[in-house]
Amino acid sequence: MNIYPFVIEILQFLVLLGAAPVFAGWVKMLKCWSQGRSSPGLFQPYRDIIKLFSKDLVLAENASWIFRFTPYLVFGATLLAGGIIPILSTDLPLAATADVIVLVALFAIARFFTALSGMDIGTAFGGMGSSREMTIASLAEPAMLMAIFTISLASKSTSLSQMVQVVYSGQSVLRPSIAFALLAFVLIVLAETGRIPVDNPATHLELTMIHEAMILEYSGRHLALIEWAGMMKLFLFIMFGIAAFFPWGIAAWGDLYAIPFAFLFMLLKLGIAGVSLVLIETGLAKMRLFRLTEFLGSAFLLATLGMLSYFILE
Amino acid sequence: MMFTPIELASSAILLFLFLGVFSFLLSWNQRVMIDICFSLAAIASFLGFAAGAWTVANGGTEKIVLLLGLPDLPFHLRLDPLAGFFLTVIGLLSFFVSVYSIGYVRGFIGKRSVTSLVIFYCLFIAGMFMVVMADDALIFLISWEIMAAASYFLVLFEHERIENRRAAFLYLVVAHVGAIAILLSFGLMAGLATGFKDFSGYTFDAMRATQFPVDWATAAFLLAFFGFAAKAGIVPLHVWLPEAHPVAPSNVSALMSGVMLKTAIYGIIRVTFDLIKVFPWWWGALVLVLGLISAVMGVLYALMQHDLKRLLAYHSVENIGIILIGLGLAMIFTSFKLPLLAALALIAGLYHTMNHAVFKGLLFMGAGAVLHATHERNMEEMGGLIHQMPWTAALFLVGCVSISALPPFNGFVSEWLTYQAFLLSPALPSPLLKLLIPLGAALLALTGALAAACFVKAFGVTFLGHWRGHHNPEVHEANWPMRLGMIMAALTCLGLGILPTMFIGWMDILAEQLVGTKIGTSAGAYGWMWLTPVAPERASYSGIIVFLGILAVVVSAYLILHIRPGKIHRVPIWDCGFEKINQRMQYNATSFSMPIRRIFGFFFSIREQVRVGSLSGHAAFPKRLHYYLRIRDRFWGWLYKPIAVSSFWIARKVGRLQQGRIQAYLIYSFITIIVLLVFL
Repeated sequence: MNIYPFVIEILQFLVLLGAAPVFAGWVKMLKCWSQGRSSPGLFQPYRDIIKLFSKDLVLAENASWIFRFTPYLVFGATLLAGGIIPILSTDLPLAATADVIVLVALFAIARFFTALSGMDIGTAFGGMGSSREMTIASLAEPAMLMAIFTISLASKSTSLSQMVQVVYSGQSVLRPSIAFALLAFVLIVLAETGRIPVDNPATHLELTMIHEAMILEYSGRHLALIEWAGMMKLFLFIMFGIAAFFPWGIAAWGDLYAIPFAFLFMLLKLGIAGVSLVLIETGLAKMRLFRLTEFLGSAFLLATLGMLSYFILE
Repeated sequence: MMFTPIELASSAILLFLFLGVFSFLLSWNQRVMIDICFSLAAIASFLGFAAGAWTVANGGTEKIVLLLGLPDLPFHLRLDPLAGFFLTVIGLLSFFVSVYSIGYVRGFIGKRSVTSLVIFYCLFIAGMFMVVMADDALIFLISWEIMAAASYFLVLFEHERIENRRAAFLYLVVAHVGAIAILLSFGLMAGLATGFKDFSGYTFDAMRATQFPVDWATAAFLLAFFGFAAKAGIVPLHVWLPEAHPVAPSNVSALMSGVMLKTAIYGIIRVTFDLIKVFPWWWGALVLVLGLISAVMGVLYALMQHDLKRLLAYHSVENIGIILIGLGLAMIFTSFKLPLLAALALIAGLYHTMNHAVFKGLLFMGAGAVLHATHERNMEEMGGLIHQMPWTAALFLVGCVSISALPPFNGFVSEWLTYQAFLLSPALPSPLLKLLIPLGAALLALTGALAAACFVKAFGVTFLGHWRGHHNPEVHEANWPMRLGMIMAALTCLGLGILPTMFIGWMDILAEQLVGTKIGTSAGAYGWMWLTPVAPERASYSGIIVFLGILAVVVSAYLILHIRPGKIHRVPIWDCGFEKINQRMQYNATSFSMPIRRIFGFFFSIREQVRVGSLSGHAAFPKRLHYYLRIRDRFWGWLYKPIAVSSFWIARKVGRLQQGRIQAYLIYSFITIIVLLVFL
């Protein structure tokens, strides 16, 4: 039995756990600079997580087991997704576990339980966050799947590793359908990871927060797990986009020596992704909740256009 | 071999009929009657389940000709894998529900006699068993009517409430309009089988042997589809469903929603794939489009409900839609001679049939337990039940996760297979279909995401937070038989979710018999753990690894974080430091779905009023606020109101004939006789 794929798998989990907070720190740093503030540094998210882990837990009186179980589940589902998306290499033993549809569903199960825990305590904020999060998700998910389907039509597979392989073998070059799908995907990533203009990750202003409203009552290690999973989710969505649209640099099957280069390529792409994310976020203002229909509707439209152009032009 | 599957199934039916006829003898002691009759019903259901599972596993077909029936037209029963599959589904859920009923029906003791519930419950299941085993039009329709009539009386069980009587009447009307269409369809096919010469075409064998001309076959299909659509609750014939399911006792709702609707799915498959066999692609397109409409409309209407059982009933409309999507795709692929893709779509539809039976049964049982404990169906008055009913809450949550199509539970597997079938549609030769069918996948995604939102609402408002009602009832946990029924259903949900390869291997024979090929060899290409339809490099999913993977991370994270004993401080709710929070400030069902109501408002007829009651002379200082919201099904106004109004109008016009004078009636008879003499 070949042991290297398992080594790569473990390596990939470690990269995910380690690099996700750094990427979050990078985005925060760029944002501070772009707004003329001094930044807390690249490693501030680590300090935050460690601080939260060492604190005691403060639970509301009526918190049920759902509230206490959710952080672990969210962390688990996100970590599992990290074992499937090719970050360093496509040679992953877990890759056959799930295709892109399952990946979307893995994030959906994390969201489902986060929304439930928002309602568990019985505050108005929690319910508000849950309601809004599920509304946005139900509009974003069709657009997400349409964008993914457009790519998978070109590569005739819904498995991410397979998609990367197809790009390598030269069967799929940049096509108009993929360009539309990429545009749609960018809009959806903003919605799914709760960035401006959909949700503001830094806000605690009562009526504008969405994701933060659901996790208001969390503290201590629960909050640490949720925050960490949130950073991993952002990281994974970026990696997901990279694997689907710009896979060059990811190591192919059985190519061990390419792993260090894959790591360097990953850092480079992440750096660029961070810059573009910050450019989008500083350039735009947060939208009103009911304007989001148009935002996500245009994402859906772009994805549909991509699919139509696949059939008509290619 | 001592006995055969068909003997097993027939003995199950006989046991049910026996119970239906003789259970009144025990009515002197209601408690004993409940225990004995529902235990026997559970045994009979299990027999039916075993017979069905066995038939599908060995792939055989058996027939018997009964001595009963009309002169020269005996009844035929037949157990083939298709019938066996539906027998399995019906038997399995009936088994769970019968166990559950032992505990649930006890709640009526001392309030009302449950004899009629027991009798019609048994006849109802017997009717469903007979429908799927019938092998001629006559016994099919007789069983269909037994099933419809028995369920009518079950809906009417608590008949002193006017809404129950109205719902039951509406149900009866729609069921019979549908039954007439089915009767006409079978009549047409039987006539064509013999060239309208004699009655021998009434058996399904005779219909199977006939090649129907396309135009007649289309008429027969449309009639049958209309009839079965009325039973299945396909939009726009769904209006009876959200009325009838909530008012029936919850064990009956579970059966009606979980398996009675499936007999209509069975009818559609039997008529199209088995009796007619050859059909043009647009039949499939019709089924697909109606399926998509039902799925989206069903879930949107469900989101607007605040009655827990009504919400679940609308979800049945949605899930029947998802099943029809699979069937419609299978029909399109079959008509273009793509058997492998048709097999995949058909298996997706059938797998969802089984999944929906189990999780919807579980959800209705859970709703019944809540109703049993709180005497409340309105979610706006509930909340925080997870603390008083931990078992019910956990089991209901399993149902919620399953129906929301989240891995690793069963609902996800069938939706995933349906997506794969959608993604294979570019193989079709027609450019128009190639272009339009993938858009259906987006609607399915919308349905799935909205269903998740709806079940966050259903579970969150019912079980989480604080009690919202004004009065605080004595809430108690469900008793053991109820818990047992729900536990078995929940475990089945998990099993169907993590071992799909095994179940698909079991039911693959259906695909082979109906569309001509199996998906089995490709579905298990990597081994039993991975589901790989069509080709392993195309797509793969392993429910068990997802389940174990998440479990492993959860357990290890929990253990690592509990090495150092941290203290847990239980404190009052923080809520950003707001102190005066009370339970009426929580989000409720109406407020939760408010954003979706605004976005998709054009689908509903909404009337919303806000009235501000202020102190005299101080309009700026409101004292109380009245909020009024009414959401109605648009189809009432579009379709049913005009029919109701026009039938009253016709009745009034025809009513003029009734003069009340004997001379007038004598003239009518005289004219009739003259007319008959002249023309005949």
